[in-house]
Amino acid sequence: MTSTTVLDARAVERTLQRMAGEIVELNDGTDRLILVGIQRRGVQLADRLAAMIGEREGIVPPRGALDITLYRDDLQTIGPRPIVGATDLPWDIDGQRIVIVDDVLYTGRTVRAALDELADFGRPSRIALAVLVDRGGRELPIHADIVGKRVELPAAGRVDVLVETLDGRDAVIIVEDGA
Amino acid sequence: MTPTLGKDLLGLEPLSAEQIRLVLDTALPFKEISERAIKRVPTLRGATIVNLFFEASTRTRISFEFAEKRLSADPVNVAASGSSVAKGETLVDTARNLEAMRIDMVVVRHAASGAAQFLAERIESNVINAGDGMHEHPTQGLLDLLTLRDHFGALAGLRVCIVGDVLHSRVARSNIWGLQKMGAEVAVCGPRSLLPNAIAEFGVRVFDRIDEAMEWAQALNVLRLQLERMEAGFIPSLREYNRVFGVTSERLARADHPLLILHPGPMNRGVEIDSDVADGPHSVILNQVTNGVAVRMAVLYLLAGGKPELAEAAKADR
Repeated sequence: MTSTTVLDARAVERTLQRMAGEIVELNDGTDRLILVGIQRRGVQLADRLAAMIGEREGIVPPRGALDITLYRDDLQTIGPRPIVGATDLPWDIDGQRIVIVDDVLYTGRTVRAALDELADFGRPSRIALAVLVDRGGRELPIHADIVGKRVELPAAGRVDVLVETLDGRDAVIIVEDGA
Repeated sequence: MTPTLGKDLLGLEPLSAEQIRLVLDTALPFKEISERAIKRVPTLRGATIVNLFFEASTRTRISFEFAEKRLSADPVNVAASGSSVAKGETLVDTARNLEAMRIDMVVVRHAASGAAQFLAERIESNVINAGDGMHEHPTQGLLDLLTLRDHFGALAGLRVCIVGDVLHSRVARSNIWGLQKMGAEVAVCGPRSLLPNAIAEFGVRVFDRIDEAMEWAQALNVLRLQLERMEAGFIPSLREYNRVFGVTSERLARADHPLLILHPGPMNRGVEIDSDVADGPHSVILNQVTNGVAVRMAVLYLLAGGKPELAEAAKADR
């Protein structure tokens, strides 16, 4: 088992700054923009991106949190039951520009679940996807609009995203053969 | 390691504090679903759930039905009358018929204590006890715990008094066991004729006077007084009961601190509880009803597919 740090704390900061810029660019500013983080690390990253957008644009976009557990497509085959986190989306999302934020994009099944859950809250004018790491290996026709770091990783590998608020430091670490 | 709930929910007595905490914590995100415009998640899509009620029930059955529908399960209501057939036979027969119809879960209410366990031992589907005789009503106990925890922040050290007909009450038993496991102190207060003879074995305090109970407790769980108890001679009259054990605003005003008021419903206003208390600022009776749907969603979610071989297969996959 070998682990490699592909982004250290300063690189994570730079990468998020670039992603914040791309989010604003993609949405022509911050008008009707809502960042929705996927529990748990996506929520932390959405908070960081929103603060960075606030520094640049003078307006901190509203944030929401999605827990997609209840929308997973594999609940019948896994056990024990995963812990359900909080979904907090206190905004009317009809006609808004949503950016889903997550730490790692892999099979695409989490994003599929998030799209289904968002549809139960309303009809945004567009939904984009921003991820800190795209590790390949998609099982569904889903792609990210904004990517922090791309890595090609076999199924046996694992990406650990550490965020300061939960893990004490920022880092992206690749663990090969780390099932 | 995440605790699991297993295959069935038969009572709170067999559960650990960790398992109870798992249900209460899981209920929190389910509360939010009932606040959405579209109050439905796809979690239990394709699951058939039979609500098998051998006893009349409006609130509990509707609460379970809401919980099932909000999880996208397919509920089937069976209101069976156990009057004409011997109860044991009816249950065995019913169990075999249900199995033959390829169902996934059964929510059962029955007048016989132990009926849910009897069923659980004979079918592979998940069984949830919605009240069995004078034994347990675990989802009511859980929703009471959740309501208390919502208000006080924690259950450990909390002083709760159960008032009324403890003898016949499955709600009382589930509350006593659940609260004690979570570290709360429990007392009961009621006429001696309506307390179990072996009440000391439950490890609860006993108050003969409601005023003393109010001085001691931070919350009262006021039980419904079944009107037939008077006819059976357990109490002299409803008026007498109200005079001695009724939870009235005058009495509450005499206690030196506010008390949270719970009631499992349906209420006899003017008997065990006065209207101005039931509708007063310290009443959380409607919060209990709201929490009931969330707790039942949590239990359904945690039990569904809870078969030992599935858990093993998942371990092998990892």
